[in-house]
Amino acid sequence: MKKKLVVIGNGMAAGHMLEELFDRGNTDYDVTIFGKEPRVNYNRMMLSPVLSGEKKYEEIIIHDEEWYKTNNVDLRTGVNISKIDRENKKVIDDDGNETSYDKLLIATGSYPFIIPVVGHKLKGVVSFRDLDDVDLMQEAANRGGKAIVIGGGLLGLEAAAGLQMQGMDVTVLHLMPTLMERQLDSAAAYLLEKEIEQRGIKVITRANTEKIMGDEHVEAIRLDDGRELEADLVVMAVGIRPEVKLAAEAGLMVNRGILASDHLQTSDPDILTVGECVEHGSECYGLVAPLYEMAKVIAANLDGDMSAKYTGSVTSTKLKVTGIDLFSIGDFAEDEGREGIILRDAAGGIYKRLILEDNKLVGAVLYGETGDSTWFTQLLREGTDISEMRETVIFGQNFQGGPPLDPMAAVAALPDEAEICGCNGVCKGKIVSAIKEKGLSSVDDVRVHTKASASCGTCTNLVEQLLSLSLGDSFNPNAPKPMCPCTPLEHGDVRRLIVAKELKSIPAVMQELEWETSCGCAKCRPALNYYLLSTWPGEYVDDQQSRFVNERLHANIQKDGTYSVVPRMWGGITSPDELRAIADVADKYKIPTVKVTGGQRIDLLGVKKEDLTDVWADLNNAGMISGHAYAKGLRTVKTCVGKDWCRFGTQDSTGLGIKLERTLWGSWTPAKVKLAVSGCPRNCSEATCKDVGVICVDSGYELHFGGAAGLDIKGTEILCNVTTEDEVMEYTTALIQLYREEGYYLERIYKWAKRVGFDRVREVIVDDEEQRKTLSKRFYHAQQFLQIDPWKEFVDGKDAHEFAPIKPIPLEAAQ
Amino acid sequence: MNLLQLNQSHLRLRNNGDGTIMTKENNWVELCQLSEIPERGCRVVVTDKIKIAIFRTHADDVYAIEDKCPHLGGALSEGIVHGAQVTCPLHNLVINLVNGEALGPEPMCVKSFDVKKEDGKVYLDLVPVKKEAA
Ligand code: SRM
Ligand SMILES: Cc1cc2nc3c(=O)[nH]c(=O)nc-3n(C[C@H](O)[C@H](O)[C@H](O)COP(=O)(O)OP(=O)(O)OC[C@H]3O[C@@H](n4cnc5c(N)ncnc54)[C@H](O)[C@@H]3O)c2cc1C
Ligand code: SF4
Ligand code: FES
Repeated sequence: MKKKLVVIGNGMAAGHMLEELFDRGNTDYDVTIFGKEPRVNYNRMMLSPVLSGEKKYEEIIIHDEEWYKTNNVDLRTGVNISKIDRENKKVIDDDGNETSYDKLLIATGSYPFIIPVVGHKLKGVVSFRDLDDVDLMQEAANRGGKAIVIGGGLLGLEAAAGLQMQGMDVTVLHLMPTLMERQLDSAAAYLLEKEIEQRGIKVITRANTEKIMGDEHVEAIRLDDGRELEADLVVMAVGIRPEVKLAAEAGLMVNRGILASDHLQTSDPDILTVGECVEHGSECYGLVAPLYEMAKVIAANLDGDMSAKYTGSVTSTKLKVTGIDLFSIGDFAEDEGREGIILRDAAGGIYKRLILEDNKLVGAVLYGETGDSTWFTQLLREGTDISEMRETVIFGQNFQGGPPLDPMAAVAALPDEAEICGCNGVCKGKIVSAIKEKGLSSVDDVRVHTKASASCGTCTNLVEQLLSLSLGDSFNPNAPKPMCPCTPLEHGDVRRLIVAKELKSIPAVMQELEWETSCGCAKCRPALNYYLLSTWPGEYVDDQQSRFVNERLHANIQKDGTYSVVPRMWGGITSPDELRAIADVADKYKIPTVKVTGGQRIDLLGVKKEDLTDVWADLNNAGMISGHAYAKGLRTVKTCVGKDWCRFGTQDSTGLGIKLERTLWGSWTPAKVKLAVSGCPRNCSEATCKDVGVICVDSGYELHFGGAAGLDIKGTEILCNVTTEDEVMEYTTALIQLYREEGYYLERIYKWAKRVGFDRVREVIVDDEEQRKTLSKRFYHAQQFLQIDPWKEFVDGKDAHEFAPIKPIPLEAAQ
Repeated sequence: MNLLQLNQSHLRLRNNGDGTIMTKENNWVELCQLSEIPERGCRVVVTDKIKIAIFRTHADDVYAIEDKCPHLGGALSEGIVHGAQVTCPLHNLVINLVNGEALGPEPMCVKSFDVKKEDGKVYLDLVPVKKEAA
């Protein structure tokens, strides 16, 4: 007969233990699990992003109902166990129902500590422990107003950040002089406090709450120095206490937590315990990594492998507030025989401190840049002697021996035992072998198969790097994936073969390169159309049916099926006549929205498809042409006023911008291209986040390239300095032509340059005059076929059937 | 107005070129020449209630489906046509023109209608259309 395993508490530790047990293939037990919360097991750590609105409850569920069914677990949600009857080996719930056990696992976690000040029971005073607390906080946040968070530790700060993102006015009260004093030294805590305050959250340290005031609902808080602060919500996040009541009442040995052996047995050998309620080696833990280690030991023991033992954990801390990077591990108290190594970069907001004892790392605090946390953890856990690299250890792994490595090489250099996912204790070797053996190709795959990055998520970056590292090994490190499911060929192969085999139409490409579908798909057809267009200018006829609707109709489709129309406004300069014409068009065609775009021009939104040609005709008549706001081509050239007006302007930035726009418009490129020209290094046109940027300086022009400010944010890199406008034109057209010839479809300039190397781009464009000149020539050659206003073509009757009804059909015909 | 208007961006047709389906209740009405629909393209029939997208594929087959993506109502007539499929222009859902079903894990479907081509002309069966458009 199967043994009866009863679990009290359906939280993270218990859930993980069961998972480990079932992963071992064990079916020796009939499992019943009781959870006080009326729901399945979810990722408690992710309550912070749920509070801030970055995640939904559904996304943080660890085990759904299906999981319990599949594993034959009898799940009893919303049931509180109030007594353990050890003599008869039974547990009893609030309603008096009894359940007997052979083995009992206590996994009751912790409860939030509430300071027993006057008023702590008022409505509006909440803790931060479970989903119900989050629901209460979000309700309060919806009403707006002021929130006070008592406690400036990990939980308190995550709560504060979340409430602030939900729109509340938040103040954090912290009893100690510095935030997170248990995990951070005062220097890091100072940086953290500054960052938190910069986000608009007030921080009051040395704040001792005397009482919470209000009749029924909280209204204010009084500090012992007499200060009173208004409050609509008070969150108490002052710490947790192991939940030991049941165990204590059942006569088990209890200190701060439930005392447990290396096998996680309590003083009754048939009763085990796991999680935050455990005290092992005089430590109670409040982070998942040690709990998961315990869970693993229990699962092994229950499965008959008694060699598994729990021997304690070194924990590390990370704060899950988007945009704040901090990490701490070990002991960083100053002590005799200890030395500290400190690195500060005030401008970059970076602070790092390592604490050494006997040439070994015993503690680390990192703020602002935590990329080396894995490496430091490794050094600390293994007790590595670091006397050899004492001078450079603080600079991180990249600096140890040889030239600095890029982040990828740093991950490559980690040994197989290096722990990547602290929460689930997954090491590099395990992830890499899972990727190889199971053919994993995404972070999600890795989560499913190894659990790495499935908990707090801070190691996702590392997992991604391991993925590209491993996949890069079996393919080619720089190789992108096949273009689409229609072909095994990569973009680069296709581009090369189009030239080598002189393929001049989409059917020819598909035939010669053995496409696996009859006529491609929505991914490859637009790409092929672009490759042919850029390879055979003047020869290849654009295939309208292979273009996305926006580029076919020269307007942007909107969610309701109407379109938006953006005329060019060269360099952002307009005139009363143009503005009048735009106003007239908006009136005449009842265009609902007229908006100034982020690109220094005007967008007419909500134009009906059947009105498009007439709108264009009117705009054409006023001298305006399509702004290509939809195109994989030149979008805008933003400018600043420059030396005509501005007291700092060094060159004619506006004029140069207009010249660039007039030269570049109409050209098709792999992805959109945006430029900007600023009149001086104050850079009011934001040229340093554009695909190509020009900064005017006294001595001429500083050319930039490879910036972006959309899905990715990236500052530009410098191409070179030139002295005349003509040179600006030559270098820019050459650069864009090189990109047109080499870029993969949908690859912006910054991605292309990264792939082929920024230096290589400089070698071709700057160092090799001959290549630059021929590239520029090729650009101008192609432009003569491309600078045709698409609107005008339509107005003149091209593809009129796109817009007009074919012929009416009388419904009577149906009679 | 008692008219069905046909324009480029709206129509749904099914490939039953032999006209064998429901001959008695069919009411085939001529829409246009096949050549008036661009290859791998689409035209739309507008009725009071619905728009029907008439597609012509690479293989010159014709299909008719309602011009309304089952995801968030995007105009399928504006999508890229490949094989006997169209990709919605709004969020790239791929619809099988033969039966109106969406490719992907979630079962979603758009209404499909009967069309046929004969002597280079395209015909739409108005019986089901009238039911929908009534
Ligand atoms: C209208 C405008 C917003 C506004 O109201 O200001 C806008 C509107 C759209 N942007 Fe944008 N972007 C607009 C300026 C920007 C800017 C700011 C700028 O250009 O200085 C950026 C960041 C800069 C950059 O590109 O690096 C920007 C980054 C994006 C991105 C992300 C691109 C990327 O590579 O990361 C997309 C998505 C894409 O292209 O795939 C996008 C896509 C879109 C689309 C086309 C979404 C779509 O596919 O339908 C929106 C079309 C709305 C329409 O019908 O007009 N938009 N978009 C701006 C038009 C500028 C113009 O005059 O042409
Ligand atoms: C907002 C927040 C953020 C966090 N962030 C992190 C982080 O970034 N990294 C990290 O490592 N840790 C983090 N933690 C801590 C982590 O969530 C806990 O360490 C972990 O959940 C503890 O697991 P557990 O199973 O011991 O307890 P729990 O997950 O609390 O589970 C115990 C369960 O037992 C139930 N229970 C208690 N008594 C009874 C009873 N008598 N009968 C029935 N059921 C009972 C409780 O209702 C509870 O559901 C965070 C915690 C919170 C609240
Ligand atoms: S940011 Fe750009 S793409 Fe996103 S909603 Fe606004 S306009 Fe559309
Ligand atoms: S509306 Fe068609 S995919 Fe979203």
